[in-house]
Amino acid sequence: MSESRSIATGQGGLLVGLMLALAGLIVLAVAFGETGLSGHQYVMAFANPGSPAGEILWQIRAPRAVAAAVVGAALGLAGAVMQGLLRNPLADPAVLGVSAMAGLGAAVVIALGLAAIAGAVEAAALAGALIAGVIVVGLALRLREPETLILFGVALSAMGGALTALVFNLSPSPIATSEVLSWLLGSVANRSWNDIGVALAPCAAGVGLCTYAAGGLRMLTLGEETAAVSGLPMARLRAAAVAGAALLTGAAVAMAGVIGFVGLAAPHLTRGAVADDPGRTLAPSALAGAMLLVAADLAARIIPSDEELKLGVVTALFGAPLFAVVAWRAAQSWRR
Amino acid sequence: MTVALELAGVTVDVARRPVLTDVSFRMERGELVGVLGPNGAGKTTLLRAALGLARLRAGEARLDGKNVRTLSEAARADLAGYLPQDRRVGWNLPAWRIAALGAARRPPREARVAAMDALDQVGMAALAERGVLDMSGGERARVLLARLIATGAPLLIADEPAAGLDPDAQFMVMEVLASRAAGGCGVLVTLHDLTLAARACDRIAVLSGGRLIAFGRAHEALTPMILLEVFGLEGELTASPMGPMVAARRRRQ
Repeated sequence: MSESRSIATGQGGLLVGLMLALAGLIVLAVAFGETGLSGHQYVMAFANPGSPAGEILWQIRAPRAVAAAVVGAALGLAGAVMQGLLRNPLADPAVLGVSAMAGLGAAVVIALGLAAIAGAVEAAALAGALIAGVIVVGLALRLREPETLILFGVALSAMGGALTALVFNLSPSPIATSEVLSWLLGSVANRSWNDIGVALAPCAAGVGLCTYAAGGLRMLTLGEETAAVSGLPMARLRAAAVAGAALLTGAAVAMAGVIGFVGLAAPHLTRGAVADDPGRTLAPSALAGAMLLVAADLAARIIPSDEELKLGVVTALFGAPLFAVVAWRAAQSWRR
Repeated sequence: MTVALELAGVTVDVARRPVLTDVSFRMERGELVGVLGPNGAGKTTLLRAALGLARLRAGEARLDGKNVRTLSEAARADLAGYLPQDRRVGWNLPAWRIAALGAARRPPREARVAAMDALDQVGMAALAERGVLDMSGGERARVLLARLIATGAPLLIADEPAAGLDPDAQFMVMEVLASRAAGGCGVLVTLHDLTLAARACDRIAVLSGGRLIAFGRAHEALTPMILLEVFGLEGELTASPMGPMVAARRRRQ
């Protein structure tokens, strides 16, 4: 990184810029959709939120856009925390197995035909995430080496994936299988303000834990041995980072299914602006994650297709090439 | 003088094999002690035992007279700073932010001042804003040394701080550490360069097979017998116009 670039503009300016860009994207996401509205209808929507146009804007599009922003922010923040904790640019919120276990929880409830009960799928997904979270927090308290934690995460992911496959295998009806698959592909369609309200509690707890862990992430830049004698309570900070990321990931999967790439790409998109500091990447990465997912959901809605594209499909389709470009640029800078 | 570090009968096993056996010594604040020995002699384990990072099978390590295992994380960091041999850095942080990690528990402004002061001591103030991964290995080693100095701890422990550096940088690193000792810090380092150790260290501890073979001034610790039996070298510590040096060759088979 060049000297001039690392003398970063104040983080305040960066955050304000990202927030304004996110607000602009949310306005776009609310303004545009499948149903074209006339100027008069927009005026009506503002004047009378209960009008049909108002319903479309404030009860369908706005909660959907905000849900995308909340899920994207949770994944962006969890991804930045995981990359910092594991000192690994390939880490993402799924790396510790939390996503796979959350997906398993949802799959079981859908396959049992309980999806019609309000909040059952979300609660099961969150429960799956929390069970995985308790396991990885327990491991993080005992294991210092990031490689070991990653290996346990891979094992947990594989177990979650295998059990989800077992659910498919034993599922009595192909309809249930198709529902599980559709849910796993991710979507924020038909999310209500109430759904968002429910997700806010685990998200707020996750943000609090991750903020607490930020100083520890910066210290881990120097490796486990240095961090261990730095005087910081590293075991507690490591556990807070894992618990925070697990809560955020669980809340995100519960609200929108399993969505890849956002948690991996968001930290990379913002790291350069904060001089690579893993502690200061958190807030910008959350905002970048929110922007990515709002944009992806907007794309899913306006790309013409018979069946609306699933959010997880869009993030992967657009995220993969974008991420390849970011990775290429990073590789160029590492080669220097 | 205050005792900075005391090891009493320290025994450490790794994978059920003894790596350190009954090692006892004490060092005071204001002295620079070098730990020498062949690869696998237990040098790094000795440093880790002193810091409470290695599990002891027997014995006790005391920092400032207190058993290191009973100290809180913060109290231990107040008494000793550590520079491990592994110089990998996870992210490309600017040099001053790396150095400031030494003072991470102080307010940000104070940490930055401590970092800049430490970078100045190692001759890296001009590169304070440069990313550490954009630096040469020698420059990065100096930044990491600055991080150790920024801890302000009364005992500085460094594992092979001179390894992989060019001769000038090796002398510079040892000068910086010697100046910390002259300023009242205890400094404990592992080294492989016998001449560098003889020049820079007030006392030298020689380890072999996990046992402390000698502990004293250079002429006491680097005798021809120890050079031969511990290091497999035929030679001696001699005087030169530039200071003491170890003149040696491999033992003839």
